[in-house]
Amino acid sequence: MTTMQRLLQLPVNAVNMVKTVQSQVQGQEEDKSPVLTPDNAPQNWYSALQPDELRHLRSGGTGGGGGGSGSGGGSGGDQEERGPLEEGGGGGSFQTQPLRHDDLKEMLDSNKDSLKLEAMKRIVAMIARGKNASDLFPAVVKNVACKNIEVKKLVYVYLVRYAEEQQDLALLSISTFQRGLKDPNQLIRASALRVLSSIRVTIIVPIMMLAIKEAASDMSPYVRKTAAHAIPKLYSLDPEQKDQLIEVIEKLLADKTTLVAGSVVMAFEEVCPERIDLIHKNYRKLCNLLIDVEEWGQVVIINMLTRYARTQFLNPNINESLLEEGADKTFYGSDEDEDEDEEEKEKKAEATAMAKRKPYVMDPDHRLLLRNTKPLLQSRNAAVVMAVAQLYFHLAPKAEVGVIAKALVRLLRSHSEVQYVVLQNVATMTIKRRGMFEPYLKSFYIRSTDPTQIKVLKLEVLTNLANETNISTILREFQTYIKSMDKDFVAATIQAIGRCATNIGEVRDTCLNGLVQLLSNRDELVVAESVVVIKKLLQMQPEKHSDIIKHMAKLIDNIQVPMARASILWLIGEYCEHVPKIAPDVLRKMAKSFTNEEDIVKLQIINLAAKLYLTNSKQTKLLTQYVLNLAKYDQNYDIRDRARFIRQLIVPTEKSGALSKYAKKLFLALKPAPVLESPFKDRDHFQLGSLSHLLNAKAGGYQELPDWPEAAPDPSVRNVEVKESVPEWTKCSSREKRKEKKVEKPFYSDSEGESGPTESADSESDSASRSESASPSEESRSASESEESEEGSESEEEEEEEQEKDKKKKKKELSKPVQESESEQSSEEEERKHERKSKPRVQTKSDSESESDEEEEESESESSQSESEESESETEVRKKKKAAESKPPLKPVKKENKKESKKEMSLLDLDDFNPAPSPQVTPVNTFLSNSLVTDLEGLSLSDSVLAPATIAPSSALKNYELLHRITGEGLSVEYCFSRQPFSPDANMVAVQMQFTNSATSEAKNLHMEDVKLQSGMRVKEFPEIELLPAGETATAVMGIDFCDSTQAANFQLCTHTRKFFVSIQPPVGELMRPIFLTENEFKKEQGQLMGMNEITEKLTLDVKCRNEHAIVQRVTTAANLSRVPCGSDKECSPPVPPPKHPVHRFAGRTVTSGSLVLVTVATKEEGGAQLTVNCEKMVIGTMLVKDILLALTQ
Amino acid sequence: MIHSLFLINHSGDIFLEKHWKSVISRSVCDYFFEAKEKAVEPENVPPVLQTPHHYLISIYRGKLFFLSVIQTEVPPLFVIEFLHRVADTIQDYFGECSEGVIKDNVVTVYELLEEMLDNGFPLATESNVLKEMIRPPTILRSVVNTLTGGSNVGDTLPTGQLSNVPWRRAGVKYTNNEAYFDVIEEIDAILDKSGTTVFAEIQGVIEACVRLTGMPDLTLSFMNPRLLDDVSFHPCVRFKRWEAERVLSFIPPDGNFTLMNYHVSSQNLVAIPVYVKQSISFFETGPCGRLDITIGPKQTMGKTVENMMVTIHMPKAVLSANLTATQGNYTYDIATKVLVWDIGKLNPQKLPNLRGSLSIQAGTPKPEENPSLNIDLKIQQVAISGLKVSRLDMYGEKYKPFKGVKYLTKAGKFQVRT
Repeated sequence: MTTMQRLLQLPVNAVNMVKTVQSQVQGQEEDKSPVLTPDNAPQNWYSALQPDELRHLRSGGTGGGGGGSGSGGGSGGDQEERGPLEEGGGGGSFQTQPLRHDDLKEMLDSNKDSLKLEAMKRIVAMIARGKNASDLFPAVVKNVACKNIEVKKLVYVYLVRYAEEQQDLALLSISTFQRGLKDPNQLIRASALRVLSSIRVTIIVPIMMLAIKEAASDMSPYVRKTAAHAIPKLYSLDPEQKDQLIEVIEKLLADKTTLVAGSVVMAFEEVCPERIDLIHKNYRKLCNLLIDVEEWGQVVIINMLTRYARTQFLNPNINESLLEEGADKTFYGSDEDEDEDEEEKEKKAEATAMAKRKPYVMDPDHRLLLRNTKPLLQSRNAAVVMAVAQLYFHLAPKAEVGVIAKALVRLLRSHSEVQYVVLQNVATMTIKRRGMFEPYLKSFYIRSTDPTQIKVLKLEVLTNLANETNISTILREFQTYIKSMDKDFVAATIQAIGRCATNIGEVRDTCLNGLVQLLSNRDELVVAESVVVIKKLLQMQPEKHSDIIKHMAKLIDNIQVPMARASILWLIGEYCEHVPKIAPDVLRKMAKSFTNEEDIVKLQIINLAAKLYLTNSKQTKLLTQYVLNLAKYDQNYDIRDRARFIRQLIVPTEKSGALSKYAKKLFLALKPAPVLESPFKDRDHFQLGSLSHLLNAKAGGYQELPDWPEAAPDPSVRNVEVKESVPEWTKCSSREKRKEKKVEKPFYSDSEGESGPTESADSESDSASRSESASPSEESRSASESEESEEGSESEEEEEEEQEKDKKKKKKELSKPVQESESEQSSEEEERKHERKSKPRVQTKSDSESESDEEEEESESESSQSESEESESETEVRKKKKAAESKPPLKPVKKENKKESKKEMSLLDLDDFNPAPSPQVTPVNTFLSNSLVTDLEGLSLSDSVLAPATIAPSSALKNYELLHRITGEGLSVEYCFSRQPFSPDANMVAVQMQFTNSATSEAKNLHMEDVKLQSGMRVKEFPEIELLPAGETATAVMGIDFCDSTQAANFQLCTHTRKFFVSIQPPVGELMRPIFLTENEFKKEQGQLMGMNEITEKLTLDVKCRNEHAIVQRVTTAANLSRVPCGSDKECSPPVPPPKHPVHRFAGRTVTSGSLVLVTVATKEEGGAQLTVNCEKMVIGTMLVKDILLALTQ
Repeated sequence: MIHSLFLINHSGDIFLEKHWKSVISRSVCDYFFEAKEKAVEPENVPPVLQTPHHYLISIYRGKLFFLSVIQTEVPPLFVIEFLHRVADTIQDYFGECSEGVIKDNVVTVYELLEEMLDNGFPLATESNVLKEMIRPPTILRSVVNTLTGGSNVGDTLPTGQLSNVPWRRAGVKYTNNEAYFDVIEEIDAILDKSGTTVFAEIQGVIEACVRLTGMPDLTLSFMNPRLLDDVSFHPCVRFKRWEAERVLSFIPPDGNFTLMNYHVSSQNLVAIPVYVKQSISFFETGPCGRLDITIGPKQTMGKTVENMMVTIHMPKAVLSANLTATQGNYTYDIATKVLVWDIGKLNPQKLPNLRGSLSIQAGTPKPEENPSLNIDLKIQQVAISGLKVSRLDMYGEKYKPFKGVKYLTKAGKFQVRT
């Protein structure tokens, strides 16, 4: 009943739709049906059901018409229509259809899910066996909204299979999916879109388009993935939609989740592979995501990027092939590079000029691609390995291609189909780059159990690998193959021997002798193949081998294989002067058997006769005449033609023209020796690993691998301005976050841009609602001051703008997360508000007495209620007073704070109440915000890997020396712990290194090698610096996971000429990252880390370090911790000037294990203080105490 | 991408078809049957065929052909790898991948295929994700299903697809937490007539069976990781840690999986556990030949060699074999010309020997070629390369799992030429 209603709810609309397009659909239907019904089962459901169908349509239509646009009309009509339709299911069948499916229909109409399920299972089984089940369509489609998931799934399966054939009826199901698209559950949305897009019904193209567009901006990445999958489906259904689809693709390409990446690139490849420009902006992101994309997506992305790189970067081998031509040859031993050179010869002139002008420097993006794909060679998926291999083959500098050999050889252990494809590609590679596979020669040895096609391919590879040094082993191996039972394989081996012999002069005689021995083999196939190969070899140096020719002449009596006989005859004819006695005799024998020979043999007999006639006409004149006469009446017209032609040519008559004079030249000309080539030669103009390469023919949809450009296109197209950093893994919540951000953005950006005016406006409105204490003058001052501070930060920014643009990018990134952090903080609004208000106030006080006095009066008047609360110390009381005072009139105080804090540049929590200023205004205020920045940045997919130089050095960071200028021979390296999260791996500490080349010559290829680590430690190397010109400075970032220990990481720093042993030892304070805790949380955590985990030290503070600012600064410099805002929940106003003995708290977590690190500095009279460190890791705790102690006392 | 799939049995019946786009008539398979006729042996059917309008890419597994139809350019390995994944999945679900099993579970297989590809592009190929959507049949469940009319389609949504560890399903619970690792090494070798090693290498694989509650993070370290020359990993293994520390760090999939494959560096000499003395000769006069094979232990690391078996593909001319074996028994299949000698345990005191005469079809010349011997063997409790697991640590969960490592050496493609 319910299903009926559901079914019929939409027909009202759908049916109308159907009506209008029915004729059209019908037409299509008829067009398609011959194709669509593979077996000749009566595909007449449609016609069979048409009467009912029409009735249904009619009634549906009238129902719809009667009820107007309302669905009520439709549902009203349901009851009456139910009968007819049900009958339609069964009724249709008795007309033309056998009754065979009646039981199934009954089951489908029943109320029991189990019966429906059983029916659906039987139907799907029919489909799977290829039986036609299309006549059940109406009965099945009714169940599309069935509650039972399994039934529903099977209905979907059915629908997708038959919708194309039953377009009009399929429309009845659309509304179910449209409803599904709106479901709150992402998986249901995805599945609805998937089925909807799989229904190949042209009418719903607009609906699909809409659904795809919507899903492309869905907050769930899984739904977006499904949208990407749907794009090619829609495209194949209606190619006219291409432009719109490209828009969607463009949008999805910008997606930052790994889930989407593979699918959208697949869609890109199917819809618009020529729009390479869409990739620019996403190139770096794709490179970086690659390793985390699922395996199938990896294959598609890598293949696409190969093409992309070919259009965007320069040929890394261009210099090598030009400059080291000679060296190459000697190294690889033979003609390996000849073809390559030939190809390039034309271009050479200009290219050389270009190359000389500018030495080749690899684009960092090119390097990025190579580096990020390399680990994938370790994939378990053969397709991924192959994809990386072809990428390296096509893109990598010659010296680096070698890495793929090992992985490809590994694939030879896999299934025979995999072997087949891999060997095809290896065969092509070995022609261009033989050296790469030489160490793995033995892996290509053949086993008797290999399938023939594998054997032949291995043979091909072995032949390609053969050179002077290994030829003897290879030939020995070949000898065993010749004994094989597999005759096709033996024939292939003989050919391979022939090729080795032609390619390697030294072994030609050996091979020839071996082959001659084979002539006495019992197997005729072997002998024949040998003859053919020997013929080719002899052509190279016939004079030496007249005895072999004699031997072969004798064979003519035994060998029956036509090709071999023909070869022998040709040989004798060609070199008849070497065997003057035998040749006429052979011709005699042949003349006798002429009529029984195969055509190719006959042709060669004629040839032989002609040649003998020309050289030895005395002996052979009659024989030749006889042969030519026989040929004249041959059945084959080719042979008749040939005989006529040759007679005219060699037998001079008065009729014969001038040509006969040249007969000798024509027949006895020196013929060039055949070149025995690999069938895989030149196959590499197809992208390796592709179907086209395998077939050696262009397959449909194959995208040509472009040639390298002469000059590199502008690399800056790949630069990305980071607009917003969408956290990569917060898949479900990303949307909400973005929303939040969007909402807040204008607010912040406003305040950022013109905080002065805005604030004064604010304060004015505030002041209205507030007590009169705030005088206008104050306000104006606050405004001006805020402007000032703004200017300050702006000018700073300008400075930075002067630096690399990348840096700017980073900055933006930095400032964004701050905003986000703000939004997070807002969750703790209440406490924080107080805090914000109170904190700056205190500072004010300490510095500008007059104002604070005023305020104090005010505060005292209002603070009575808070006084009742508990008090710990005088300071606390003071704080509380402030807080309490600030509480009732929230806004006024806030405003006051604002202006006051503006006044002072030292402001602790400037950005706490006003996020506008950049987080780097002062080093001091960075610690809290920075922590949040870093936390949030850890979530986001920041581009810091891409542009390692982007991390702006903060003034607070301490630089350490890694390599001194003297020892480094002009290269000096400094490093600092940038305290940024290291985005490739959150467990690593980011180490920013600054390379300065103060030498006179440039340093090349700066990279790391030979990393020696304590167990458990890991290093993420910094990207190789290709070139560091003299006097220049470069920065790079590497990540080290110190495993929460202060063990040094030792490694070698290599330039193109030298290696330096260096080590990085972290101060304990860098092994942690700041976290945000409220005071309450802090105390709670502290309570759990007592006893062994708590270390307390008494100390006397340094004289200069007795105010809060200094303490905080020193502690945060010593350790990467964040300040715990104090007094948050108890309304105690936080940092009170030193005399009030405040307690400073700092929190962080160790980077690797995430253990909490809590630091408390409780100040006392006379600069005394107590330092407490609570940390689960006692070693770290102890070391940290030492460090902080040192920092505070000196 | 992949347009359609046909499953074809040994005799050439199409018993399952699945189309991911429009339907392609099964007559397209005729081209394949033609190639199959020509190839004689099923292994020799070319995996990639070109027809006028389509490309056919097929694999041969478990006496079945998985034939996929392709219309446009696609990396052939992509398709081949996927087809093998399909076969793996079927094996994983039903214990074996054979015609009978597929026919018995045709609906489940069809549903699996539906989920694995979307419009011809792989969608869900992780066994754990699939199992969330379509539950594999168990005896208990099928009994319960018949009683209650329940189903084997998961009623939960496949959340595994959304996680960033798609290979592991969430909320795994076991009462016995256990993790077993089998280090299995195979010796691939070619020995020549005189017994010298032409080529030998060791390929290893670590098969794991992990049944642990929750989200454990495991670290497996080796005593001698330097032995490993080339490795490939399950996607769960963190590549960077391997690079830096040579330890395997991973969040394991639930159940059985292959953790890694490795190749032992070729510098190391491979210990060949047995030697073979053989002589197979055919006489010029008279329709017979002689065969004499003796096998003895060589470098077995003090362990016994088990499951010894020698397989010889005899030349076509050999009619029958009249042999005596001192240990085990032999069979000679006249149709396929395969001689199998099943020895069992190798006794170092009394070396097994097989000798006797071979009779050759009268009138045919003596076979030129000598057949090669394929050796099968097993050695328990030792990895022939000497690889040892030093420890397995678990992080992220509180309980103490039961851990076990087993070693096994097998002969891979171990061939003795004669």
